[in-house]
Order: sequence, then C-alpha cells, then structure tokens
Amino acid sequence: MKSNLKAWLYLLPAILFLGVFMVYPLIDVCVYSLEENYNFARQSFTGVGLENFRHVLSDPYFVQALKNTFLIVIITVPLSTGLSLLIALGLSSIRALKNLYQTVFFLPYVTNTLAVGLVFMILFRNTEYTKAMVNLLIEKFGGTGVDFIEGPYWAKMFVMCFYTIWVVMPFKILILTSALASVNQNYYQAARVDGASSARIFRKITLPMISPTVFYLVITGFIGAFKAYSDEVALFGTNLNAAGMNTIVGYVYDMLYGDSGGFPGYAAAAALILFAIVFTITYINLMMSRNKVQYI
Amino acid sequence: MEMSKKSSRLSRGLIYFFLTVWAVIVLFPFYWMILTSVKDFASYNTEYIPRFYTLNPTLQNYVDAFTSVPLGRYLLNTVIFTVATTGLMMLVIVPAAFAFARLEFRGRNLVFSLFLSLMMIPTELVIITNYVTIVNWNLRNTYLGLILPSVTSIFYIYLLKENFEAIPDELYKAAKVDGTGDLKYLLRVMVPISQPTIVTIVILKVIECWNSYVWPRLITYDSNYFLVSNGIQEIRENGLGRENTPAMMAAVVVISVPLIVLFLIFRNKIMAGVSRGGTKG
Amino acid sequence: MKVVLENLTKRFPGRGKKDADVIAVNRFNFEIPDGQLIGLLGPSGCGKSTTLNLISGLETPTEGRILFGDQDVTALPPEERGVGLVFQNYALYPHMTVEENIVFPLENLRGEKRMSKEAMHQKAAEAAKLVQIDHLMERKPRELSGGQQQRVAIARALVKIPRVLLLDEPLSNLDARLRLQTREELRRIQRETGVTTIFVTHDQEEAMSISDLIVVMKDGILQQIGKPQEVYDEPVNLFVAQFLGTPQINVFEGEIRGGKVMIGKEAVLDAPGKREGEVWVAIRPEGFMPDPDGPFTCRMDRIEVMGRDVSVVSTHEKMTGRNIRSIISAEIPVDSRAETIRFRLRPNKVFLFDRESEARV
Repeated sequence: MKSNLKAWLYLLPAILFLGVFMVYPLIDVCVYSLEENYNFARQSFTGVGLENFRHVLSDPYFVQALKNTFLIVIITVPLSTGLSLLIALGLSSIRALKNLYQTVFFLPYVTNTLAVGLVFMILFRNTEYTKAMVNLLIEKFGGTGVDFIEGPYWAKMFVMCFYTIWVVMPFKILILTSALASVNQNYYQAARVDGASSARIFRKITLPMISPTVFYLVITGFIGAFKAYSDEVALFGTNLNAAGMNTIVGYVYDMLYGDSGGFPGYAAAAALILFAIVFTITYINLMMSRNKVQYI
Repeated sequence: MEMSKKSSRLSRGLIYFFLTVWAVIVLFPFYWMILTSVKDFASYNTEYIPRFYTLNPTLQNYVDAFTSVPLGRYLLNTVIFTVATTGLMMLVIVPAAFAFARLEFRGRNLVFSLFLSLMMIPTELVIITNYVTIVNWNLRNTYLGLILPSVTSIFYIYLLKENFEAIPDELYKAAKVDGTGDLKYLLRVMVPISQPTIVTIVILKVIECWNSYVWPRLITYDSNYFLVSNGIQEIRENGLGRENTPAMMAAVVVISVPLIVLFLIFRNKIMAGVSRGGTKG
Repeated sequence: MKVVLENLTKRFPGRGKKDADVIAVNRFNFEIPDGQLIGLLGPSGCGKSTTLNLISGLETPTEGRILFGDQDVTALPPEERGVGLVFQNYALYPHMTVEENIVFPLENLRGEKRMSKEAMHQKAAEAAKLVQIDHLMERKPRELSGGQQQRVAIARALVKIPRVLLLDEPLSNLDARLRLQTREELRRIQRETGVTTIFVTHDQEEAMSISDLIVVMKDGILQQIGKPQEVYDEPVNLFVAQFLGTPQINVFEGEIRGGKVMIGKEAVLDAPGKREGEVWVAIRPEGFMPDPDGPFTCRMDRIEVMGRDVSVVSTHEKMTGRNIRSIISAEIPVDSRAETIRFRLRPNKVFLFDRESEARV
C-alpha cells in the first residue's frame, strides 16, 4: 500500500540508526561476552563460555570498582534525595527571592561536569605550593587537613560523594519543587482548618502526595549513580585504577580502550554485570513502590 | 498570636539561612574558578594559603589558555559537534514522531512498542560494539564518528509524538481538503504548533552535546578533534602543566560560560523542559 | 454544482474478529440541486458526518458513486474535488493569523490555478469581507470569539471558490444567541455566493429554519428528503415524525376499526378506506383543539403559559410518552381545574403509522 510505504520512509532514518547503534550492539555485546580470549587485531577467539565473567569477577580492579560504585550509590542517593526534598520544601514556603534561589540551585545542571570537577579538585587538593581551600575551613574548626584528591581512601570517597551530590541536586530540586507546587492548596487549607500541625501536614498530606515523584527520583537516582564515571574522571584523572577510585563503567571503558584496553570480551561481561545489577535494583524498587506509593 | 508570629518569623529566617548555605555551596566553586582565573600566575604560586580575593586581576591567564593549548579548536569542535548532532537528530526524530502520531500503517503499534522497550537499554551496554563499529568504519578522529551514534533518541521521539498527537485531527483533515501534502502539513502546521516542545528538545540536546565526554574520549585521540570535555581533561593531565592552575581555571571559565549564558537566556524553557523530559543523576 | 449520490455505502470493519462490520452509510441515493442549502439531519451516530466525509473525499466509499455535476469524483482525493470544509471546532491553525489561515488553501494550488501573492491576498480580503471579518486579519485565532472563529473557518473554506461547501455541525459550538445570528448569516453567505452547501446538524430546528432541503437519516439509512415544510407535514415514518417538531409529536397506541381511528374506546377521527388493525396514532401538538363536544377525552394535568400560546399538559392511558403536550392559542379559554379536557383533532396534523414497520399508513 502506498501510505504504508510512505510511513516507513518517514521512519527509515530512525530505524536505521537504532538498528546499527542500538539493536545490533545489544546482540553483539552478548556475543562478545561469551567469546573467550578475543583478539582485536586478528578478530579471533579461542572458545565460547563464561570465562570472561569469571575473569572480570576475580579481577581485583573490578572488585574495587564494584565496591566504589556501591558506596557511591548507597551514600549519594539517600543523601541527595533527602537534601533536595528539604530544599524544595524550603523553596515552596518562601516567596521573596524564590526565583533567584531556584536559578542558582539549577546552575550545576548546565555546567560541564568535567570542567567544574577540576575546580573541585583545586578546592580539595593539597600541593606543595597551595593548600586546599577546604582544609583552611577544617583547620579553622580545629581539625587536621588532609589531601582529598591523593590522600586516604575515605577522603577521596568523601569528595567523590560530595561532588556527585552537588551534580545531581539541581535535577532533584527542580522535580520536587514542581511536584510540591502541583499539590492542590485546598488540602493544606483543609488540614489547617482541622488544626493539623505543620509536621503532621507534611507527613500525612505532602509526603503521600509527592511519593510517586520521590520514588521516581530514587529509581532514576539509583540508575544514574550506578553509571557514575565522568565525575570520577574529573576529580581523579583518567587513571582511576591507580587512584583506587574506579567505577564499574570506568572499568568497562578501561577494558575497552586505554592503557589496559583491548579486551572487548571483559568490557562486555562487565557491562552486562552492571546491567543485571541495575535491572535487579530497579525491579526491587518498583516492587517496593507498588506497595508504598499512593497514587492519587 | 504574638508567639506564633514570632516563631513563624524565626522559622522563615531558618529557611532562608538554610537555602543561603546551599546557594553558597553551589556558587562557591564558580566564584573560585573565576577568582583563580584572574589571579596573576606568579602571585598565585606564592600564596600557600589561597586568598579569597585578588587586588590585581589579570586576563593574561585567558591569553595563556588560548595560546598554550588549542582551546579555540576545542570550542570550535564542540560547536560543530553540537550543531550537527542536534540538527541531524531533529531530521531523524521529527519524521519518526510524525509517522507514529499521524500516519496509518501496518505494524505501527508493534514498532512503537519495540522502540519504547529499547528506551531501557543503557548506553554503556551498546557503547562497546559502537566503538568497534566506528573503528571498523575507520571513523576515529572524524566528526562523523563523533556524531553518528547520538543522532537518535527514542525518548525525544516519544515526547514529540505525544505532542503531535495532541493536535486535533480536524487540522489534518482541513489541510487535506485544501490539498496540503503530508510533508507540508508536518512542516507548516505540526512543527510550528509544537514549537515549545521542539525548542525544549533542542536545548536539552545542546546541553548533552556540550558536556559529552565518554564517547568523544573513546573515538578521538587526535587533539584536533577533541571536544571541550576532552580538552579540559587533556589540559589537566598534560597541557598547561599541573602548576599553572590559573590558566587552567581560565579554560574552565571559557568552556562553562556558553551554557550558563544559554541557561540565563532560556531559564524558564530549560527548567520546564528538564522537569518534563530531562534526566540526570 | 449539482451533487448526486448513487447507491453510496460505507462499511467500517468491526473491531476485533468477532464484531460485524459497522454500516455507517447504507445505499444512499439522492440528488442535491445546484445552489441549494441542504441540511443533513439525524441523531448522533446516524452516519451524517460519514456522509459529509464521503462527499469531501476524506473517506472513500465501500460502494456507490458520487457525482459533482456530470463528473464522477468518487476516486478523486479531497484536494482535487474542489470542496470547502468547515469543522465543528473550526480547525483553525493556531499559530497563523486570520489572514494566513485564509491564504493557506490558496498556497496549495498548483499549475494553472496558481496565483500571485497579491492575487492570493486579494482573494483572502474578499472572502474576509464576505463574512465580515476583514478588520481582524492580523489577529491569531485564540484572540477571537467563537463566532468570529467560525467566520474565519467559513472564509477559509470559501476562499478557493469551492464547488461544494460542507459544514460539520457549524453552529453547535456557539451559545444560543449567537447561534440564531449565525444561522441567518450562513443563509446570507450561501445566497450571496450561490455555492451548493451541505451542512450536518442534530438540531432539527436549525435544519428546518435555513435549509432548502433537509435529509433525515437514522442508523445509516436515509429516511426522507424534502423541503422542510413538506417533511414536517408529511413524514414518511414514525421516526421522522418524532424527530421533527418541538414539542415532540404525541404518539398513542390506537387501532383502525370500522373506518374510524380508535384511541382506547373513543373514535377520534374518520379514516375511510384504511386497512383495519393496530396502528400508532401520532398527533402534532397544534393538532388538538379544545371542544367540550370533542371526541377525544384526556385527563387534565396543568397549563403552561407561553405568551401567545398556552401549552395544555394532559395524560391518557394509551399515550406512549409521559404527557400529552398540545399548543393552543391563548385566546381559547381552558379551565385548568377541570378533571378532564375534550379535544377535536385536525385531520392534517394526525398521522397513522404501522405498528410493525412504523411506516406511514
């Protein structure tokens, strides 16, 4: 039919691009993950099996990356969600300067994370010539300064999480602010007339009404945090293994390319492990939200 | 009554204090980068304890940033990459959204569900093969290699399709009776009516392109094709020398400014767009 | 332009495998003379909009032919038929000004019909003047009232001088006062342009008041076509009789026995030569005349004053609806406290329909 043909013509570019850069790679990545000892130059492999997965799971760098990623997820998702909820609540209860605050809070969203990461590095790094700005603050309150970029693991993890939270906050604040704004004011007025306290109004009215949004943020937050990579590069440089700050995604790229690269099989296996983890966590989240979230 | 007024004023004060603290945390890195970028290199090196201000600001660091590394080249590359990717993407997604929203064809629902299910696939999973594909096509260190994998977005097709569908059927019929072809109807009626959504998509894509790092890093090793993100990483690791922090910060300011200006101009559009369709975090 | 529909049929495939096809338009045959204003009338779902879409070319018929004059247009796409179409919600392009909206159809003309820019704007100005919106050309549709939007839609449909003008429920999005006004306006525009015009409506009063001809439809089947007064005076079946006229016609269970129309035990009218048996007796509200010696006795309920006329509301056990409504000149005295009221009936306001087929006896 003529109209059928025309429709497919309109869809052709999209189907072509998706086919080449989405569907085919999806199948291919599974194939890669099963081909053992794949050699890039000769495009040959020695066998088929789960060797790649075994290798990746026993690679200390991968285990470190796994540990780092989980720490980042567990620390940043609850903290950033909670903090942005507080800020959104604050924003929705003021009138003067509200626009200004909103604009300022959104700024990190539009900045290049690599570039601003460099500023964070400067702020947190001790060198022979310059002291970390942050250490001035710490010492002012009686603590001892530490090099957050090349120092102990906990310090690096701290600055890592701090920067991650700084980067993800704008999106969460924005979404929560608009969710709060869409709650009908009549509910608040009714509750106030009934004599409910502010805390009670928050717990019994506001929170249930915005709970779908909160869960959405938690789910997307988990997914995003599991894919952490470029923020790490911004702070610690491209050699994340040396810094002990690699993440799963970082491991995938390292296996693919770079000094330790050239192992698409390992990269594919690691990527599939990551996908399995994200999928499972998202599934659990969805199950939980189905029980808890009140849809209005 | 008096009591409650007092306590509400107190709590209001606390809210402003809390918001201001976060605003300072957000703004301080920006302040520090601008401050450092105008500090004289020599005097910066003598400050063991960094100062919070400078009395003799200089633009020399900006000159250094542009002359000692090809920062202009990086900016140009990024502009080309951003414009080409966004433009091509519109050419791909607008017809696709139109087909899904307006044209009748066998298998429409099936294809659309397939599209939606692909939305769940993370880029990290497909990037491995895409890297191999681009290498095999000999497209490393080319604009094409940078651009091709990111000219489709199922999410934007979805967003646009929803928008197109909200346009009443009668407009299509009216145009048809007047002899308007599908393509003309799409360009003259649907696209202008959906302009707000299209602008939103363009802005979001521009932000994404300007900040993209991972794919360009895989595909380019010739610094003639570096984008700003890769450039900044290059500067950090090999470029200006670890010691010339002020020049580094000047480079950071230069690559951050375009998007911040864009944001300040289209503030409402961007924030509305992100809350409708953006993700990050 | 004369419009002829021949054996026109449109079937829509049923949803799912089990459902039967839906026949929206079933074997239509009628002819619309040149330069007339035609009202397609029927309850919702009767197939009137489908008929309009078939004439415009937006739908293709399953069977049958459509002719404009002597030309068979059945296979032509909409743009080659030369029709103008006005939608119920006007379908104005929201991002274009009034003028751009009106010019838009002209821009699509190709070949020898193609006009220069000036000619297009000239034409648009003429069309706008005709519908009296020439002072609004620079506005956007959302800055106009409903009635003004309606006029823009008509101007857009008229600008390329269509052979046939089609209007889908043109007045139903307007408020009551504007509807009356626009009704007159439609009539005027049609007279001035002389273009054959077909409009769809579910409002019988609207159709009756301005149409040269009305076409009454039900369930995809044409019931009756004729001048409004003819159809009102001589309905071919019970449906048409009930659909036209306010208040609605009163329908009684009755029978024909011994050359008389019987309602209950009373012989209300002579019916010489009619076949004996059960019938529906339908009486228009204006067919009742109070007469103390009249043959038809009803139980009095109340009287509603309407100014020039009064409406006598009464009941009868053989009445199918709830109340009998009769319209009587206010000058005839009626006692509203009486138990009963007796009527004489005007023979030309009483119609008899077969109980089974509901066709006119």
